[in-house]
Amino acid sequence: MTEIEYDRVPDVAEGGPGSELATRLRRFWEGRPGLYGWLATVDHKTLGIRYIVTAFAFLALGGIEALIMRIQLAQPNEHVLSPEQYNQLFTMHGITMILWYALPILTGFSVYLQPLLLGCRDMALPRLNAFTYWVFLFSGIFLYASFLIGAAPDAGWFNYVPLASIEHDSGPNIDFYALANIFLGISTTLGGINFIVTILRFRAPGMSINRLPIMSWGTLTISVASVLSIPAVSVAFFLLWMDRHFGTHFFDPATGGQPLLWQHLFWLWGHPWVYIIVLPALSMVSQALPVCCRRPLVGYSLVALATVLTMVLGFGVWLHHMFATGLPTMALAFFSAVSIIIAIPSAVSLFAWLATIWTGRPDFSTSFDFFAGFIIVFVIGGVSGFMTASVPVDWQLTDTYFVVAHIHYVLIGWNLFAVLGALYHWFPKMSGRMLNETLGKISFWFVFVGFNVGFFPMHITGLLGMPRRVYTYSADMGWGTLNLISSIGAFVLAIGLLITLVNVIRSLRVGVLAGPNPWDADTLEWATSSPPPPYNFAVIPTVASRSPLWEARLGEARSSTPERGFALDHGKETLGTTMLDAVPDVIVKMPEDSLAPLLLSLALAALFTTMMVEAWFWLIASVVAILVITMAWLWPRRSLGEIEGSTT
Amino acid sequence: MSLIADVADRRLPVGSIGHHATGWWAMLSGIVTEAALFGYLLFSYYYVAVQQHTGSWPPELPSLYLALPNTIVLLVSSGAIWFGERGARRGNITEELFGIAAAIVLGIIFVTVQFFEWHNKAFSIQSSAYGSLYFTVTGFHMAHVIIGILILLSIFIWSWRGYFGPHRHSYVSIGTIYWHFIDVVWLAVFFTFYITPYLTGRS
Repeated sequence: MTEIEYDRVPDVAEGGPGSELATRLRRFWEGRPGLYGWLATVDHKTLGIRYIVTAFAFLALGGIEALIMRIQLAQPNEHVLSPEQYNQLFTMHGITMILWYALPILTGFSVYLQPLLLGCRDMALPRLNAFTYWVFLFSGIFLYASFLIGAAPDAGWFNYVPLASIEHDSGPNIDFYALANIFLGISTTLGGINFIVTILRFRAPGMSINRLPIMSWGTLTISVASVLSIPAVSVAFFLLWMDRHFGTHFFDPATGGQPLLWQHLFWLWGHPWVYIIVLPALSMVSQALPVCCRRPLVGYSLVALATVLTMVLGFGVWLHHMFATGLPTMALAFFSAVSIIIAIPSAVSLFAWLATIWTGRPDFSTSFDFFAGFIIVFVIGGVSGFMTASVPVDWQLTDTYFVVAHIHYVLIGWNLFAVLGALYHWFPKMSGRMLNETLGKISFWFVFVGFNVGFFPMHITGLLGMPRRVYTYSADMGWGTLNLISSIGAFVLAIGLLITLVNVIRSLRVGVLAGPNPWDADTLEWATSSPPPPYNFAVIPTVASRSPLWEARLGEARSSTPERGFALDHGKETLGTTMLDAVPDVIVKMPEDSLAPLLLSLALAALFTTMMVEAWFWLIASVVAILVITMAWLWPRRSLGEIEGSTT
Repeated sequence: MSLIADVADRRLPVGSIGHHATGWWAMLSGIVTEAALFGYLLFSYYYVAVQQHTGSWPPELPSLYLALPNTIVLLVSSGAIWFGERGARRGNITEELFGIAAAIVLGIIFVTVQFFEWHNKAFSIQSSAYGSLYFTVTGFHMAHVIIGILILLSIFIWSWRGYFGPHRHSYVSIGTIYWHFIDVVWLAVFFTFYITPYLTGRS
């Protein structure tokens, strides 16, 4: 065909696996085999799995760091680690878990699942999707390069000045953290933009905003929050880097600077971040738990609104990390109040889950076990957070192990339990094979018992006055037994995670074949094969309700048609729809595989490395490389319908 | 009844067209995050400013001699790029190229004048917290102007090659909205550094 095509009436077709349409689509969508295809792929399914595997690798690194620290703390006056080594380990443990594990793992699930949940063929910006993955990977390698020269960051993950200033920490340690954080921020921000555009513009026709899968609500909410909050921490680390190397005075009170500016900028990002790394996990529970309970989620609208409201309030509580810094009473009262109010939307989600279980018929699968464990831990973590939201209680408990217990209940409990449940739920979709339920249950009990044995005693250790971040303690403090119990729990938890790892490796080889919909679930990702074909859906599905695959049994008046819809087979195409009503709006031409994302992220890695070693000539060379690659990437293409007089 | 019947038989635009383009939506989101970036920078300025208990803030009342005309230069460049984009929408390549070129020239004038403005300052980035903030925030803005000029240059080259026209000009629209954003941000930066010292009466 050579005629110029600016618009057309898309063909409507029926398409299943093996149809002539499917064969044609496969030709457009399947990447090239071999090394090129591996490096250049923009397929969201491949990239999602890469995100998940890489994030679990960082979980393993952070976990090993934790276990070494638990050996050091198991008894009083241990000398496994020097104080300097301990500082580097607890800092790297925190940074790794909070930045390079907690969000990337959720991003991985979202990158894999969102296009399938929404009924489209890839993320809105597929090349950007590849780029954000590579940047995530390279920024993590950049951070861990600090261990190679024995100078890992050592001022805690929140890195307060003046401890992190050049006068008190003159090595390259803090610079690694500062630059790696800005580097990763590029990935997270652009990833957020990609999710926003995908969820608002790439939904199947008929999936109006009130039919958006609840998991997409979580991802959409935190993507907006990422875009708004990450600049704060990037600015903070950039200003710190300037103070450390270019003689500026942002945090230096002697010439009018203000050390508390660091804490404000850091927590302006840091508290929203806490919700950014748990809300998608909560929304995965809201998505998968109802499937385990054989009924739709109770209170869909309330849960969606609660998700958004939690995030909005999450922007107004950053000062509660700074209660002990001598702020005005009025500010303390206000931020304390908001921190307490945030319990309300959390409780809405909680009661929605409980009602879903209560009124459903739970299948007691491993996924269900993890979600049930999640709910218990959610309550404990929520209550300890509620306690520290009160100013006098916080003054008593801040910088003790009580806060360590709280943060681990929130981050492991609200993130890891939900992620493991989600893994058992969606692994069959990703691999085509089921995970073993017996191993899964054993893993669950190790994780659940190990976690609570490891972290619950820390509440008490904290109440007894043990400060966080001390490398050892003397025997007469009486903290030895509790610390020993915590250390044992940590190792039990690690064994539980190893069992799931074994389960995954084993199931990839010998797992029972899953088929398209092993859980008899309700959303679109289960309407296609497991694993899905490169084009996801042979025809763009049309959606008439929140549970497109359950309409018959729920007695819905209208019916979704996952098997009949737009064929969009004039090349690599998918459908763009309007933001609220999801009415078909545009036929989107999707890009081919490309090396540009990898090359651009390598050039960025070079840029950050030159900043690290202060090689200014090579810095300029890196900038030039970045400009050239960006220009080549964005060069208008006929195949994408970007040039006047395009041909099909 | 099948829902597909409601939506079939409608003509849909194909490819990257105007505000239907994916890149348009990505740029709008990008502008939100960039706006947040400048919001945090200006927050830093105001926070440090209100925490001053001794000394003078700012060290000298800023001179509007260069800054005010330069602000007008940048605002006029917004008008120029609007004219260029309108040309692209109408398929008038002469207007398109003229508008983009004028915006680039005005952008370069802004950057040049701003370098003189920096040069004329009695303080440096290292002399005080005020100097650090002034040069860092205006430096961030300068970097954005330079990136904006590079974007407009690319669009000029592509327009010159006849890539865009009445149907396909999303690149021009995307570059235009970014340029408008850079100008609006300058108004916030200008107000903060050049106007507020006169309003607070501190000198």
